[in-house]
Amino acid sequence: MSTVSIPAARERAEERRDLRQWLALRGIDGVTLLLAPAAIFTLALFVYPFLYGLVLSFRPNEGDWLGNYRTFFTDPFLHTTIYKTLWLALPATFINIIASVPVAMRVRLMKRQRLLTTILVVPITLGTVLIAEGLLNYLGPQGWFNRVLMSIGLISSPIRLVHNYWGTLISLIISGFPFTFLLTLSYVTGIDPSLEQAAATLGAKPWERFRHIFLPLLVPGFAITFALTFVQMFSVFPSAVLLGEPAGETRVISIAAYTAAYEQYNDSMAAAIAMIMGAVQLVIVSIVLGLRGAFYRGPANTAKG
Amino acid sequence: MNRDALLSKLWVTAVWGVVTLFVLNLGAMIATVIVNSFGTRWFGTWLPPSFTTHWYTDAWAEFQLGDVLLVTFQIVGLVVLFSGLLGVPAAYALARREFPGKRLILLLFLLPLMVPPITFGIPLASVLYKAGFAGSMSGVVLANLVPTVPFVILVMVPFIEQIDPRVEDAARVFGAGTFKLFTHVLLPLLAPGILAALLLVLVRTIAMFELTFFTAGPSSQTLVVALYYAVYAAGVRAGQSIDAMAVIYMLTTLIWLLVALRFVNPTQIVTRAKRETA
Amino acid sequence: MALAPHDFRRLRLDGVSRDFGSFNALKDVTLDVARGEFIALLGPSGCGKSTALNCLAGLLTLSSGAIWLDETRVDRLKPEDRGFGMVFQNYALFPHMTVRRNVGFGLAMQGRRRAEIAKKVDAALALVRLQGQVEKLPGQLSGGQQQRVAIARAIVIEPPLVLMDEPLSNLDAKLRLEMRAEIRRIHDLVGSTTIYVTHDQDEALSLADRVVVLREGRVRQIGTPEELYARPLHADVAEFMGYRNVVASRATPTGNGASRVAIGDATLLGTPVDAREGQVVIAFRPDDLTPRADGPIAATVTAAEYRGRDFFGKAATSAGTELYFRSEQKVAPGEAIRLGVDPNRLLIYADGAL
Repeated sequence: MSTVSIPAARERAEERRDLRQWLALRGIDGVTLLLAPAAIFTLALFVYPFLYGLVLSFRPNEGDWLGNYRTFFTDPFLHTTIYKTLWLALPATFINIIASVPVAMRVRLMKRQRLLTTILVVPITLGTVLIAEGLLNYLGPQGWFNRVLMSIGLISSPIRLVHNYWGTLISLIISGFPFTFLLTLSYVTGIDPSLEQAAATLGAKPWERFRHIFLPLLVPGFAITFALTFVQMFSVFPSAVLLGEPAGETRVISIAAYTAAYEQYNDSMAAAIAMIMGAVQLVIVSIVLGLRGAFYRGPANTAKG
Repeated sequence: MNRDALLSKLWVTAVWGVVTLFVLNLGAMIATVIVNSFGTRWFGTWLPPSFTTHWYTDAWAEFQLGDVLLVTFQIVGLVVLFSGLLGVPAAYALARREFPGKRLILLLFLLPLMVPPITFGIPLASVLYKAGFAGSMSGVVLANLVPTVPFVILVMVPFIEQIDPRVEDAARVFGAGTFKLFTHVLLPLLAPGILAALLLVLVRTIAMFELTFFTAGPSSQTLVVALYYAVYAAGVRAGQSIDAMAVIYMLTTLIWLLVALRFVNPTQIVTRAKRETA
Repeated sequence: MALAPHDFRRLRLDGVSRDFGSFNALKDVTLDVARGEFIALLGPSGCGKSTALNCLAGLLTLSSGAIWLDETRVDRLKPEDRGFGMVFQNYALFPHMTVRRNVGFGLAMQGRRRAEIAKKVDAALALVRLQGQVEKLPGQLSGGQQQRVAIARAIVIEPPLVLMDEPLSNLDAKLRLEMRAEIRRIHDLVGSTTIYVTHDQDEALSLADRVVVLREGRVRQIGTPEELYARPLHADVAEFMGYRNVVASRATPTGNGASRVAIGDATLLGTPVDAREGQVVIAFRPDDLTPRADGPIAATVTAAEYRGRDFFGKAATSAGTELYFRSEQKVAPGEAIRLGVDPNRLLIYADGAL
């Protein structure tokens, strides 16, 4: 070994040590690298396919780079899917949020919430497919729902609730309400109870407490609940096919994407539709979150000095 | 004063009324499926005239439920295993280290949970197809891992954060190397959290429809996808055997739900990424 | 239905009890409060003092007993109908409202006109010396400032009763002393009746007209600060009030009201409180145990702390009993000393407290 390489080797070792120290000071060391597998996986199987889909959507089978999008927006069979989906998703979201608030306000006072929350989690675990099948039976013309309504005299002949818009909407509400409810409940219980107590000692009745204390503090949370619920409702798929009218009333955008991919084998068009789907969701969520910014955004507890 | 009290009571009754109606209808819906699966035939009456179990044996054979169940549990098992192997170390890193770009990484892990499965599922299916995973079990496992790895991370991070890091420091001061630290200190403390997270992954994957639907082939369908196809082609088959299959599906999900609930709060199945912004 | 201010003569808690399942948080609490009094509810954690305050506010219902405001029974009323002002331990300021809206909230609930509310809010804020912050949000204020807002919010509605739940416990020591004086000043200025919960005996002694000592849900003693300081009625109250020397002993009456007690080999005279002979517990303050040439107790100093104007020391008798004492001269560990205490500062109690 020459006399030159020993100091050089030592220098290199020192450089490595310095580099490691420099990295460690910034929080990067062996432990940090533990997240590499998960990060690489997510990049490879989420980010990359997304980007791949984006690029693919601009390479249609025929036409220029905007071919798919042009086709989508000029073909009424395709672009009306957006409105049909919104017509299902928005009412379902609103109904779920508005219904979840009074229920959450009541449940928050209960001592043994676990039984009720367990029951309400059941629809989520059963999933949309089973709920669709169940409703096909239950809401059908011969099903119990119509029977009961007829036998108590509310209606004289069965109402049409399956293979149309209503069945799909009902299915969305059943599968979506538990999620919305649990989110709302967590926001409601996250509000410091002493705030309500203070308002009570200052003379506020229950409705006034809701209006002046809870509502303003819940609105920021509602925005997030709305966004998450809406995104879920907008991706409706199996219930629209099984329980709705997939060729007409309930031809939602996910059906259009599926048809393009698996029936027309047009991957590029399918990717474009998926991108449009994502874009619409993004637009609506941005609007809602933007509105949220206008309201109070701080923590829902009292600030400690 | 009396008017207030009366209105208040009316309101409470109305709210509980709505909840009861919801729960009743939900129960009745489930009951319909169960009753139908046991009925000889059912048309035009409140209850079927007689009961039988032959639909179950029919469905078992017709839909090859034995194979489907096996495939389902293989897929779910692999998803649970790998989401744990990938997710727990990542959660540990996120809980214990601050580094530049951490917010970006958190966003990276948040996105698959916020973007609905269909939106990224279709491009993902194309990519898997191009990579040669078309219709295979590995393809289905990979697709299902996309939302479950971030889910495990997001469930485990707060769990790990609440373990005092000085406990780990103490272990090191008293001579534990990284491996011993892991096996003697971390794993026992983390076990309940990991168990909870993995049970939740299990329950969610059994019910996960869209991702499997887009990536599965005929031999790699999970039970929920097989059920979908059965309902879709319902005109051809007897409704009762479909419902028998539906009941078997319900049992698998509900059994695991009950097991999971012994260790986990029901809200955790649902609230994954929601955290109030401070 | 808020009662007009100062419009009552006395508040009475009559046999108030509150249970949580099988746990009795409050047992048979009876207390009379005159208008204008500053009452402190004092006791260790879990003694029921916060429970009592919450019952007064209406945030908890009573398991038995009653609360009277003159001839009106108030314990059946909801908190929003009682009209009492309350200052919470964590202030409970509405985080989304400015200081002005926070303080004016009670008046707004009463339906008062805007101009009137603005006037009263300004007056209340001037009283707590917090003008100039009206448009800020609570999150922008310091702990002491939030405190003042909470107090202003409670007094602006001119309630017959102001309830305070350990309002100073979240402040640092210096601020605590400052705010302590402020709270008393405001009470005197407004002429309100205040019920103040604390676990800090210094606070209670310095603020209150009368102190109610609670332990395990029961009232142990009600008295002026002087009475509690010099003459606790029970051994556990004495211990809580700073009588750190608590020793088991046997007492023999001397015939002229005093009793003779023993600490190890030493014999001392003491003042009986609720026992005069037999197995007893004797209690005396460290301040009252001093080195004397003719002191009956022979002990060895085990520790000594310099406090500027005197020394605070620990000494052990030959029997091993540890005593706390005060010395004006310097003492060092290992030194042998003789200690004594005046008979009227050595209190004799029955054994077995509660």
